[in-house]
Amino acid sequence: MNYFKSLCLTPLLILGVSHSKAQTDMDGLMMAKRNLCGGIMVGQTQWDHYWEGTLYRDNKNIGTFTSQMAMAMANYGVSDKFNIIASAPYIKNQTSAGTLRGQQGLQDGSLTAKWEFFGKGYKHAYVSLLALGSVSAPLTNYVADYLPLAIGMQSKTASGKLMIDIQRNRWFATASTQYTQRGNVTIDREAYYTTEMIYSHLVAMPSVLSSNVRFGYRKNAELIIEAVYDRMNTLGGFDIRRNDMPFLSNNMEASRIGLNWKLPVPKLNGLSWLGNATTTIMGRNMGQSHMVMTGLVYQGEFKSKNTPKS
Amino acid sequence: MKSLKIFGAVLVATALYVGCKNDVVSEHKTFPALEPINLDTNAGNWKPILLSKPDEIAIATPISATSPDYKLELLEIKSRQNQITEAERENMNYWSAGVVLRWNEIMRELVAKYNLPPYQNPDGTYPIPSANNPLAYPFFPFANPPYAARAYAYMSGAQYDALVAAYHYKSKFRRPRPAKTDPSIKQLIPMTSDFVYPCEEAVAAGASAAILTLMFPGEQEYIQTKLNDCNSARILAGGNTRSDIDAGVGLGKAVAAKFIARARTDGAGKAVGTPADWKFLKDRTEARGETAWLSQETPQRPPMLPMFGKVMSFLMDTTEVVNSRPGPPPSTQSAEFKKELEEVLWFSQHPDRDRMKIVHFWSDGAGTYAPPGHWNDIACEDFVKQRWSEVRWARNLALLNASMFTAAVCCWDAKYYYYNPRPSQMHADCKTLTGLPNFPAFTSGHSTFSGAAAKFLSHVVPSQSSKYMSMADEASKSRLWGALHYRSDIEVGMTMGIAIGGKAIERAKTDGAE
Repeated sequence: MNYFKSLCLTPLLILGVSHSKAQTDMDGLMMAKRNLCGGIMVGQTQWDHYWEGTLYRDNKNIGTFTSQMAMAMANYGVSDKFNIIASAPYIKNQTSAGTLRGQQGLQDGSLTAKWEFFGKGYKHAYVSLLALGSVSAPLTNYVADYLPLAIGMQSKTASGKLMIDIQRNRWFATASTQYTQRGNVTIDREAYYTTEMIYSHLVAMPSVLSSNVRFGYRKNAELIIEAVYDRMNTLGGFDIRRNDMPFLSNNMEASRIGLNWKLPVPKLNGLSWLGNATTTIMGRNMGQSHMVMTGLVYQGEFKSKNTPKS
Repeated sequence: MKSLKIFGAVLVATALYVGCKNDVVSEHKTFPALEPINLDTNAGNWKPILLSKPDEIAIATPISATSPDYKLELLEIKSRQNQITEAERENMNYWSAGVVLRWNEIMRELVAKYNLPPYQNPDGTYPIPSANNPLAYPFFPFANPPYAARAYAYMSGAQYDALVAAYHYKSKFRRPRPAKTDPSIKQLIPMTSDFVYPCEEAVAAGASAAILTLMFPGEQEYIQTKLNDCNSARILAGGNTRSDIDAGVGLGKAVAAKFIARARTDGAGKAVGTPADWKFLKDRTEARGETAWLSQETPQRPPMLPMFGKVMSFLMDTTEVVNSRPGPPPSTQSAEFKKELEEVLWFSQHPDRDRMKIVHFWSDGAGTYAPPGHWNDIACEDFVKQRWSEVRWARNLALLNASMFTAAVCCWDAKYYYYNPRPSQMHADCKTLTGLPNFPAFTSGHSTFSGAAAKFLSHVVPSQSSKYMSMADEASKSRLWGALHYRSDIEVGMTMGIAIGGKAIERAKTDGAE
């Protein structure tokens, strides 16, 4: 058994001009069978500049956009090679200027199956390949057509991801790429303009391609420090027109860099402190988000009469 | 491989869950072909809006159906029909729903495209779009609600007058359909009239294109493409020959020229006002001891079209507008005002999802076809079911839009006479649930537009009267619930709108169409 089993995932929060989406499926580590990890993360994202199409600008009627989040998450080891991950964030968005009322509420729940289908130790390294499938759905009937203040996109999504993780001694690198299909969103309006007039309550959402590269140091899955590069872009969508508001089916792109860590809390066995700081270096039709998150997770094992402790 | 099985099951479940991703199809693309129940063959006697009489503009006598030139025209139809493409068929079906309807939609689309407030200059002032330079930023026009109301009214009015003239000439010249002269010509869509010179669709198209070009001068290529598509569909469908269409476009454009001449002198060009005008409005209100409206945008944007209340609409002259102006809203110093502000504040602080749905349904703010466009949308969806002739379509849209143009003028007159502040100016936590328009509160534009539209629509589609009135009530309340307006803004606006709708009905009763 390799030693990076039984690890809680490090969540990465991705925030757009408008919406937050919690991801807890970014690392190449697996929880051991019958282990459960649960925790709460809190975080804050801010931006005072955004990209209107490719034009980098501020907006004195938005000022600084702030999104605060609290997220419950859990990861369960069905087997050593197969984990189920669930998360649900509560989000509160507001702006420092302008007259628009901020929004808050429970956003989208997500459920992910994570499967390590290949894992092999070589002379100097351990290599694993993982496949992940994920679904998400809005948990409440929040307003989506109210960007940038809407707390989410109100779209059901399904994602597939492939990941490779390589570890040598205590140094590792992980790379993944993900395709997300997003279901149509129903809005309150009966007509809207994109690059043409559309008479419908439905908005077709472009799919999203994202990729993620991370490397760093990890020790017994209890101490992790890693640097992350992340990029996402929609496959299609349209640009925000000059001085218009953002819309759900915009062509969105973002490139981000960040630092994640996980540290054991002294004297409290099973409890870890997680945190990350991420900044956006390039984007399109999105805010230039700067984000910090922190949280505590507890990891334990389900005892069973039939199954000896691993 | 238990994991593999589970993972496979998850993947299958995932695919089922999101389902086959459906393309979103604009519902209006599937409107059925227009088959009028009544051809309104006497519409040549209906009273036009600007034309002094139906034959004020003369058109050439058509060439004889037995002439060699006409036979060549018939040949054009046959050769086109022999090599029809899928795209041509789609275009023909699109226009078959009715050209008055389709040109109304085209204007709505252009309004939505141009309904964006200009971005500020580096010094914090705002550029004003110029009709002489529409392609340079800020693009001309900023198609805000008053601009849109006026644009819809001119186009619908020109369509109507042009069709009255067309019906007059069709009855006069009595040129039969191409298929009557040459039975080998197919009629690929339902025919909307027995006599085809001039082509009524081309008449409406020519008038529409001319008004659109005036209102959206940066869109000439797009407008010309639509005009060609519309006319091409007529020939392909076997409905008209080239000379029907040429005469139609010519007549439509000539009638539109009368409307264009009026539009150039109706006062809209001066509606932006000057810095001296803006200061005068503020000073006058403060001299009354009231709190004057202030732009809540940063940097502060000049008020939207403060002189629009002086524009000449179709249903009331300027004196009538002033005489019908409502009494003042509650003084900003009064207990009544305080009570109304508290009510707005409560709605602002308790944004219930059901109310938000209504606020957003009716928001019709920047980047949309504006409230008058929304009412055109509502009207057209019902008009499709009425199966009216093109001329009756045009007449009803002309009076609907005349009433909303007049509503814009009366509402803007009141707004800038009283120049009273929005709730968010008077209370810092009166946050809005949709974009705050950049003009004074009293009376509510949504309420005035909606009252006028619902009242008039109730007259022409009486079976839907209660629906229209409850929609107007909802549109009106949405502005209170969205924390944009006080109760007196929406109530007085609604009363004003209903009275204006009544003016359109008075005219409807005497224009010969009923």
